[in-house]
Amino acid sequence: MIQARIRKQYAPGPESAAFSLDVDLKAEAGITVLFGPSGAGKTLTLDCIAGFVRPDEGRILLDDEILFDGVSGVHLPARTRRCGYVFQNYALFPHMTLRQNLEFAVERVPRLERHRKVNEMLEKFHLADVSGRRPYELSGGQKQRCSIARALIGSPRLLLLDEPARGLDAPLRAELYAALRQVRQEFQIPTLLVTHDFEECIELGDEMLVLRDGRVVQSGTPRKVFECPANVDVARLLGVYNLLPVEIRGLDPGRNVSRLRYLDFELTGPYFPGRLIGDRVWLCIRPDVLTVAPKDGRLGTNQMPATLVRAVDKLERVRLEFADDIAVEVLRPAFEKYQSVKNWVIEFPSSGLRIL
Amino acid sequence: MPIDWFPLWLSLRVAAISTALALGIGLGLAWILANRQFRGKEILDAAVTLPLVLPPTVLGYYLLVVLGRNSPVGKIYEWLFGEPLVFSWQAAVVAALFHSTPLLVKSARAAFESVDRSYERAARNLGATELRLFWRVTLPLTRRAILAAAALGFARSLGDFGVTLMIAGNIPGRTQTVALAIYDAVEAGNGQAARVLVIIISAIALIVLSVANRLTSSPYGPRQTAL
Repeated sequence: MIQARIRKQYAPGPESAAFSLDVDLKAEAGITVLFGPSGAGKTLTLDCIAGFVRPDEGRILLDDEILFDGVSGVHLPARTRRCGYVFQNYALFPHMTLRQNLEFAVERVPRLERHRKVNEMLEKFHLADVSGRRPYELSGGQKQRCSIARALIGSPRLLLLDEPARGLDAPLRAELYAALRQVRQEFQIPTLLVTHDFEECIELGDEMLVLRDGRVVQSGTPRKVFECPANVDVARLLGVYNLLPVEIRGLDPGRNVSRLRYLDFELTGPYFPGRLIGDRVWLCIRPDVLTVAPKDGRLGTNQMPATLVRAVDKLERVRLEFADDIAVEVLRPAFEKYQSVKNWVIEFPSSGLRIL
Repeated sequence: MPIDWFPLWLSLRVAAISTALALGIGLGLAWILANRQFRGKEILDAAVTLPLVLPPTVLGYYLLVVLGRNSPVGKIYEWLFGEPLVFSWQAAVVAALFHSTPLLVKSARAAFESVDRSYERAARNLGATELRLFWRVTLPLTRRAILAAAALGFARSLGDFGVTLMIAGNIPGRTQTVALAIYDAVEAGNGQAARVLVIIISAIALIVLSVANRLTSSPYGPRQTAL
């Protein structure tokens, strides 16, 4: 288990703004995703844990060992921390063969044992056939697997992955995810994975931490974060929601309804506890929860007229982008019938409305 | 008139020994300059480079003062080895050292600083001590640049005139290097000896430089860079 409380300040430089990192995290065996936009402090957090960067304050605890403690001044050098690190550019030593790269990590181990370990890793990551090659002779996927194997061969107590899927095409990405799932199952160590791809979170993450401007703004399972973003910033980072600024116009706890005003249109939603009439809040709604129909005549409850700006093709769905920043995703056949229609009616489900 | 081969042999020996010493000193200094932060770092760098720009006589004068028989360094040397340092072939090595070391420090520092930091981090992360990181990662990655610099340093050492003259003298059969011998031969009207030595030295320099050039092309395919 890894527990870290890290504070680190950077004064503004000639080419960089001031930055302060202030994170608290705790991760058990399994994959914990550090999610956030670039510049949120994700990689810096990994670097502090690995010992490349010395925090100003805080404490880093791995299993029962203190790796860093600001008060007592403990700061173990990176080489004694036993944290496997998979670098963004793999950082495979270019002057060594793949086998030598692995051997470098276990040089203290007796020869026979070392040979066995290296062979075992080469087999496990399907690298045995290319073990004599240098990194520049390897494909992207092979380099990727080699860097993971190298990070794991020394039996680390923690695995750190810095945007491992960056720059990989879809098949390689799938291959990487498969390898990481295998690692999760076989090694049973806490794994911190840095990414800014939310789909990756959903696919791999047991837990996730959302970082923004050096702070953890939300934590929980990726599913839970997806369903209940803690605030409008998180919702915006996930990049999948319609976020509409609305004003609360009516609240009725008895009938469990509320009235919300968006532009000059009124919506009915469930009662929102802890809010007052007149509050300006964000309505947060997924594009695939909204439904649309071509406009004909009268409007019902929660139906709002909208003008289609453009239709964007997705895999099985079509993303309809309307004026006033509302996007709706519908199945392709549902849309194809009405391709030429410009004026639509968007229907908001009254139960699924959530405000932030 | 027969050609005296001693100066050529002496020059090669002096250049080889001084290049070997310069490698040790230069790599150490370059490593410190590339990896450690301390006050006066750039002043140290400038001081190391100074011999490249100072007039040889100025440099020779300093060395004569510092290494002379009455100086502390000269006395310690004489006490240790039983003979004075100045006006010996060892003094010629010292003179050559001041030509090759700055070249090596400059090139090696640049080479060390050009090594992608993620390789160094990876090595430390995999349990390597700073020493092992240097021998197994930094040095192999910068080997060619350093060898190229050593080759340049060797060629440079071969041709020193002024400093050698000031601190090692021009004693035929003892401290007379090729550069001095050529000067003497021209002065004495021995054109044939001068021509032969000039051609040999030029050939050696040309070969060394072409080796240095070949070394500077990268062996590991396209460079990976970290972001």
